[in-house]
Amino acid sequence: MPAEPVNDWSTDYDIFAREYIRDPFPIWDQLRASSCPVARTDRWGGSWMPTRYEDLVKFARDIQHFSSRNVLVADVMPAPGAEEQELSEEDQQLVQQYDVGAPPITSDPPVHTWSRRLLLPPFSVTSVTKFEPETRELCNALIDGFIANGRADGAADYAQQIPPRVIASMLGIPKEMTSTFTDWVRGFLELGLTDPELRQESGRSIFTFMIEQVQQRKEHPGDDLISYLLAQKVDGEPVPEPHVVGTCFLLLVAGIDTTWSSIGSALWHLALHPEHRTQLIEQPDLIANAVEELLRAYSPVTMARYVAEDVEYAGCPMHEGDKVLMNFPAANRDPSIFDHPDQVILDREKNPHIAFGVGIHRCAGSNLARMEMKVAIQEWLRRIPDFRLEDPHAVTWAGGQVRGPRKMAVVFPS
Amino acid sequence: MTVRIVKVDSEKCQGHNRCYAMAPAMFKVDEFGYATPRGDGVLKTEQDLELARRAVDNCPERAISIEEHDEA
Repeated sequence: MPAEPVNDWSTDYDIFAREYIRDPFPIWDQLRASSCPVARTDRWGGSWMPTRYEDLVKFARDIQHFSSRNVLVADVMPAPGAEEQELSEEDQQLVQQYDVGAPPITSDPPVHTWSRRLLLPPFSVTSVTKFEPETRELCNALIDGFIANGRADGAADYAQQIPPRVIASMLGIPKEMTSTFTDWVRGFLELGLTDPELRQESGRSIFTFMIEQVQQRKEHPGDDLISYLLAQKVDGEPVPEPHVVGTCFLLLVAGIDTTWSSIGSALWHLALHPEHRTQLIEQPDLIANAVEELLRAYSPVTMARYVAEDVEYAGCPMHEGDKVLMNFPAANRDPSIFDHPDQVILDREKNPHIAFGVGIHRCAGSNLARMEMKVAIQEWLRRIPDFRLEDPHAVTWAGGQVRGPRKMAVVFPS
Repeated sequence: MTVRIVKVDSEKCQGHNRCYAMAPAMFKVDEFGYATPRGDGVLKTEQDLELARRAVDNCPERAISIEEHDEA
């Protein structure tokens, strides 16, 4: 059923509208510059949406009013008119036993504080660097699969294949399950946002899989992240098992389509900009700065917050239970912070982007995401320095809360 | 003579690692990603000052500052 067209983006925005998914940038510019930079909609269960950098920073820091309790596990955006799903008895039991969400992304302090401290060391720069050689090998194996054809889908055959395998390797779970993970995560985060049944089914699949994995690691600990989490202590006590399951759920869900969206957007940009390909090939040391700039210009993630107590912000009366869409991507194109925000400047000097959020919920996997982006871009450019989109109009994008290309045929001299 | 010292506000730092990535000789990070200046943080050269300014400009948490004071 096609949704009603949007006439006024400041009072009736629709993050699932085709034009918003394809090209949200002019809409954000219009909202940011308007007298009402915190937009409002009643669509998809209703929400507020700040678009200016300074506003995003304020919302992210005010954890007293803007809680993270149900950003991910509860339905962020129930479908219009959708009734609450009836849970089976088995599911009700699961929910009761594992009612911890996906810590720490869905936690507020004090749980957030210790649960984040558990997770940060395995995602430090030093820790993720250990996975760089195998990521490089993986990228090359993927390229080997299509380089002779002179054609590939940069999103489906490449970008989408990288993050699930890397996180599987970190968690010590079978890499053969990559396409299953991909289906689950898309079902949960992408297609599931407008399809509650699919979302619930996908969420359940991930959850039950992680429960099994945690049981296995308890019996046979290994050199992997699940075993590491099980071995940690908080206040002298082992981390509760449901907590470990919730965190593993997060690691699978949060690290996959976000990073593949970033890699896909980066390739999309490079396919359209031969001068930037040349710049990166001639100045290989620019890669780290370039990754930050591509993250800024094509930030994939719009998180949500839950209004924990009534509050008025910039004349907007926000009530307990309201949702706030944390439009970090729009903030990253705010002209009051970034010079020429709509231009990609690979050697940009001032770039305090908040693609990974800001404040206590700064993405715990940011170092891993950066490493994957860097390696994916480097290896692609090394093997395929010259490429273009087969048909720019045929590229399809996913949008809503995670934006990136999903079908992106590119051609190159074989 | 003006002495310039680079500082990281540990209350504000959230471990983005941006300063460490661009100036690993000036900043260090702990296993949680939280940054501190190496040594006393004194910026001895123009290049140091330039690098510190870039770190200030790129920190999403606005946790980095450059303090100046005069020394006889």
